[in-house]
Amino acid sequence: MQFDENAPVLEIKDLNLSYWTRAGEIPAVIDFSLTIDKGESIGLVGESGCGKSTVAMAIMQYMGGNGTIKSGSIKFKGVELNTLAPDELRRLRGAEISMIYQEPFAALNPSLTLGTQLKEVPIIHEGITDREAHDRAVKVLGDVRLPDPERVMAAYPHQISGGQQQRVVIAMGLLSNPSLLLLDEPTTALDVTVEAGITKLIADIAKQYGTSQVYISHNLGLILEVCDRVFVMYSGEVVEEGTIKSLFTWPKHPYTHGLFGCIPLPTADKNAAPLKPIRGQLPLPHERPTGCNFGPRCDFFADGRCNSRDIAMTQVTGSAADHRVRCERWTELDFAAEISHDEQKPPISIGDTVLEVDGMQKYYEVHDRSIAAIIAGQSVKLVKANEALDFDAREGETVAIVGESGCGKSTFAKVLMGLETATDGEVRYGGTNIGEVPVRERTPKQIGSLQMVFQNPSDTLNPSHTIGGQIGRVIKKFGVESDKVKIRERVLELLDLVKLPRDFYIRRPRQLSGGQKQRVGIARAFAGNPAMVIADEPVSALDVSVAAAVTELLTDIQREHKTTLLFISHDLSVVRYLADRIVVMYLGQIMERGTTDEIFDPPYHPYTEALLSAVPIADPEVTKREIVLEGNLPSVMNPPKGCPFTTRCQHKIGRICDEERPAVQMASNGHAIACHIPLDELRQAEPVIAVPKAEERVHVTQ
Amino acid sequence: MLIFIAKRLGFMIITMLVVSMLLFVLLEINVDGVATKVLGPYSSQESREIWLQENGYRDPLAVRYGRWLGNAAVGDFGDSVRFKVPVGDVMWPRLWNTAILGFWTFAIMIPLSLILGILAGMKEGSKLDRAISVTGIATTSVPEFASAVFLSAIFVFWLKWLPGTSSMSDGFSFKQLLLPIMVLVLYDFGYVARMTRASMAEVMTTHYIRTAVLKGLPYRQVILKHALRNALIAPFTVIMLQVNWLLSGVIVVEFFFAYKGFGALLLEASLNQDIFMIEACAMVAVFVAVGTQTIADVGYTYLNPRIRFS
Amino acid sequence: MAEATATPSMPAPTFGAALMRAIRSFALLRESWVGMIGAGLVFFWIAVALLAPLLAPFDPNATLMPFQKPGALFPGNETVAAGTFWLGTDQLGRDILSRIIWGSQTVLIYAPLATLSAYTVGILMGLAAGYYRGWMDDLLSRVADIILSFPVLVLYIIIIATIGASGVVIIVAITFASAPGIMRIVRGLVLDLRNRDYVAAAQTRGESAWRIMLVEILPNARGPLIVDACLRLGYVIITIGVLGFLGLGLPPPNPDWGGMINFSRSMALAFPHMVLYSCVAISSLILGFNLLADGLREVSLRD
Repeated sequence: MQFDENAPVLEIKDLNLSYWTRAGEIPAVIDFSLTIDKGESIGLVGESGCGKSTVAMAIMQYMGGNGTIKSGSIKFKGVELNTLAPDELRRLRGAEISMIYQEPFAALNPSLTLGTQLKEVPIIHEGITDREAHDRAVKVLGDVRLPDPERVMAAYPHQISGGQQQRVVIAMGLLSNPSLLLLDEPTTALDVTVEAGITKLIADIAKQYGTSQVYISHNLGLILEVCDRVFVMYSGEVVEEGTIKSLFTWPKHPYTHGLFGCIPLPTADKNAAPLKPIRGQLPLPHERPTGCNFGPRCDFFADGRCNSRDIAMTQVTGSAADHRVRCERWTELDFAAEISHDEQKPPISIGDTVLEVDGMQKYYEVHDRSIAAIIAGQSVKLVKANEALDFDAREGETVAIVGESGCGKSTFAKVLMGLETATDGEVRYGGTNIGEVPVRERTPKQIGSLQMVFQNPSDTLNPSHTIGGQIGRVIKKFGVESDKVKIRERVLELLDLVKLPRDFYIRRPRQLSGGQKQRVGIARAFAGNPAMVIADEPVSALDVSVAAAVTELLTDIQREHKTTLLFISHDLSVVRYLADRIVVMYLGQIMERGTTDEIFDPPYHPYTEALLSAVPIADPEVTKREIVLEGNLPSVMNPPKGCPFTTRCQHKIGRICDEERPAVQMASNGHAIACHIPLDELRQAEPVIAVPKAEERVHVTQ
Repeated sequence: MLIFIAKRLGFMIITMLVVSMLLFVLLEINVDGVATKVLGPYSSQESREIWLQENGYRDPLAVRYGRWLGNAAVGDFGDSVRFKVPVGDVMWPRLWNTAILGFWTFAIMIPLSLILGILAGMKEGSKLDRAISVTGIATTSVPEFASAVFLSAIFVFWLKWLPGTSSMSDGFSFKQLLLPIMVLVLYDFGYVARMTRASMAEVMTTHYIRTAVLKGLPYRQVILKHALRNALIAPFTVIMLQVNWLLSGVIVVEFFFAYKGFGALLLEASLNQDIFMIEACAMVAVFVAVGTQTIADVGYTYLNPRIRFS
Repeated sequence: MAEATATPSMPAPTFGAALMRAIRSFALLRESWVGMIGAGLVFFWIAVALLAPLLAPFDPNATLMPFQKPGALFPGNETVAAGTFWLGTDQLGRDILSRIIWGSQTVLIYAPLATLSAYTVGILMGLAAGYYRGWMDDLLSRVADIILSFPVLVLYIIIIATIGASGVVIIVAITFASAPGIMRIVRGLVLDLRNRDYVAAAQTRGESAWRIMLVEILPNARGPLIVDACLRLGYVIITIGVLGFLGLGLPPPNPDWGGMINFSRSMALAFPHMVLYSCVAISSLILGFNLLADGLREVSLRD
């Protein structure tokens, strides 16, 4: 196989991919074309079912037993991949084209050392000796910024953290100097601050190694940070492609424009400029409409023009770079003029305090039954899941609890809900200290007035029961109604409230989509007219457009019922959009709390600063200060004696951070920061996120 | 790791103690029955009472148990009622015979099942896989006594290649072992093959196998180096537990072919109410069972790096 | 697949609704030919067992004409009508076909009863162990380990030898020996399911623990449990056969397939029909359950 080094690294023309299922042939990707030159990074963005991962698998020629390349060509450096013999293909994989996967732990063999898995690549492809392979692997591990590469080589996958595992996977992909790197959602499974580090690494690697990249993601903000060009896919087709600057500043396709409207950009505001969800639903693969796939959901749909025949990509004129759109009417559409301000919603009036958390503490006991521990007298260890929590929430307010995994937000939710009891401190709600009342001892009214919306839509409903049955049970349990007919009435009312059709009453969860299930979850939470609802990452598992709809639904209900919302999340964009006040947690303690504006502007706690910098923002005119955290999250069983953030802090002043717990400094009434650095110094920091004023912008977003 | 092994050994001892206690209570609670069995049904009430007194049967249960346990620990299990010799004299040789039978059975069954299971699991859904799976299901559906009948009919009566019984009355003859081995292998290989297949098939769908393939490794290396290491962990445990099964499965075969093994002994002892023999055989059986379980657990921990280095 | 019910069903499913769904899931088996064959065999034998009084030409215990080859005719006597020994007679003169037909009743009464009993105990233990965890889990798992460490047949032999054989003893022995294995499986399933959000949702509304175990968790574990139940029925039938074969089975006069085989095996050289048909009978029933289990597993994976 002869490579043509002058040809584009990857050239895909008119690719059609299909899957064979029991229901027949299902087209997964239609009419896909793409060209990548040396050193270029292109992004493939879209929601679930758009076919982006399928394209990656097709490039690797690994579509599985029931997938086929129906037609079209994929050329790698001039060589048609479809025509290669299996052995030639094998030599290509890992050496010329490498892939990075979404879940790093699943991608590594749990029974082999990382060194073995790394060394295999160059040994097989280049025939070098074991010693040479070892040295090269150590060098590449250094390139991906893993500390102590020799230790990593000897370790097994489960012995290193998620972020480190992904770095190893990236190193594995780079070992034989590939020309093309395929990255399939490489950071989705990682924490936000870890994600920032990996994303930066990927961007730098591209320059250092000169590899071309195909970066697949559903997150437009990440694409903005990593790629040069972007392809937006919807239901199997590319609907728009262009350079980052061109597409992000002047999106031409209604879907792209709609996507941007769904993302909580810094300029969105839940009252003045709320999110605009895309109406309707993704079509099922075998039910795609004729003509434009997006037609049924498009606000600019023109009957007769948009649904008569297949639409091809057309070049956007007046654009210096390759900006193309698949739309009949793009020349007639001017999104800037379409912006109306009737969608403004009235702000929610804030009432009295309903929840007071006062020095709450939750420790877990972990029993170490090994003989060594018993001898040392340390057989009972304490996991300090929550420590010294102090904040309140008022009627109608949205308070966000922000933090990454291990910060203790789930534990806090459990204490509030009564699944655990606090070890110390008070949690006063409705007059009583519920911190010490487990749920089995609470009255139905108490339970009904404090409910939760869960994270995972596929797990939130019992698959064996009907929707109506499940909501009805809740109504009965909370004592809202007891008469069968009245209960049914109430269930139907709740279905209306969450904008689901009434005949979902008899359906089972299996028949609902993710967004619909989450709506049922919300209906269930509001069944007892709660005064406060805890929402634990309610939209992180949903597609962008679906998430926007559910977020808007939640705020609408909140507005109507004046419910207090405790919103737990790691996504600062959504938090900025929704929250009135924010609490930032790290390793069980509050690092900073205050109103949304206070948090997003200096003075910052160093952790808040890093968190803000890590959030991907899909607005090309917003600038961010770059802060990348080094170091590891300490183990919960062995937290630092002093400030919990000391192991990673970019502003660590010295030993005092290791030894002493920082005192809480009040930057203003209600804005607390727990840090040793004096407030005046903190106030002098530059804002992390700089949003240009509307007048200075090249184009108007909202 | 060492602590883990020590814990498992400790558990093993506790299990054996508990089981022995339960057994003892079950079998010897009816002391008059014991006397009847030892002295015969025609003995008089008086002589039985004297015997019971002499042999300490009127002592409290706990004392009797302790005495028995002490004796058992040094290998003295009492005298067999039926054979009128110390239990050990009959039991150990029989155990050895069963061990021989077991050894050859495993020597054939293990490679056979593993290979078939791996081949089936590698290409799940293929014709080979279907064939092996259905064969496995079919053979495990025929109980040992039925397959013994079928195989005897073929090899003893029709083809006249093999002898019909395996009593080894003229000294050791491997030919006589063949039918019992065939029956055992036929019945058991299906189960182990299917467990191996399931394990292999599951490993082949994992993401790390996909990674290995997309790294450009030759298929052979993917299977031998990446897949097998993970796929064989579960079958290892299953095979260790098959030793436990063997102790049960061998009873029917030994009975059918009149092979003087441990299983037949246990059966005879139970049918003849030979109390001391039953107790001794049961203890040995439990020892083997718990021992293999312990080895299986320790082995699984050793083979699985996630647990070994946690 | 919307149910056409006028009134909504409350979360605790009615027996009728559950039965409807069970029947519908059998219809799904159509997709697996292995499962269809298995189901066919099982239903065949169930039919035979139910219709035994109508199908069997003779009294299974009546000693009529010894050593008859299959197809031999019975001329009839004062008490018994004439007929054909379709499968021959054994050395005591009893009609093999009738014994097989009536034997199916024995098997198909005791095996399901024993399995059901084992499942009830095993499910309760497994639910408690998996849901409560802590000391209850430790205790139950230890007990299960101890019972499981006993070779099964050895256990049966000892129990039956000491207590004596009867239907009840066999059922109790099988329950005792099988429940720990079932408990392990249920416990594993419960450990997995209890982390689901819908269980947390039930807990946060203050549902009682047993309600959560039986209504929220158990219905979602039914897939693997049904497959295991079919397999276990197969094992239990083998066990009952083996016990009969070893002479530890149900006491006469119940015709017992295993016992039949043992009784006539010395005659097998000259009169193979005496043992062959019973072997085929028991093997086919067990095969039926095994194929059914495999088919159910295939279908449940495809969902």
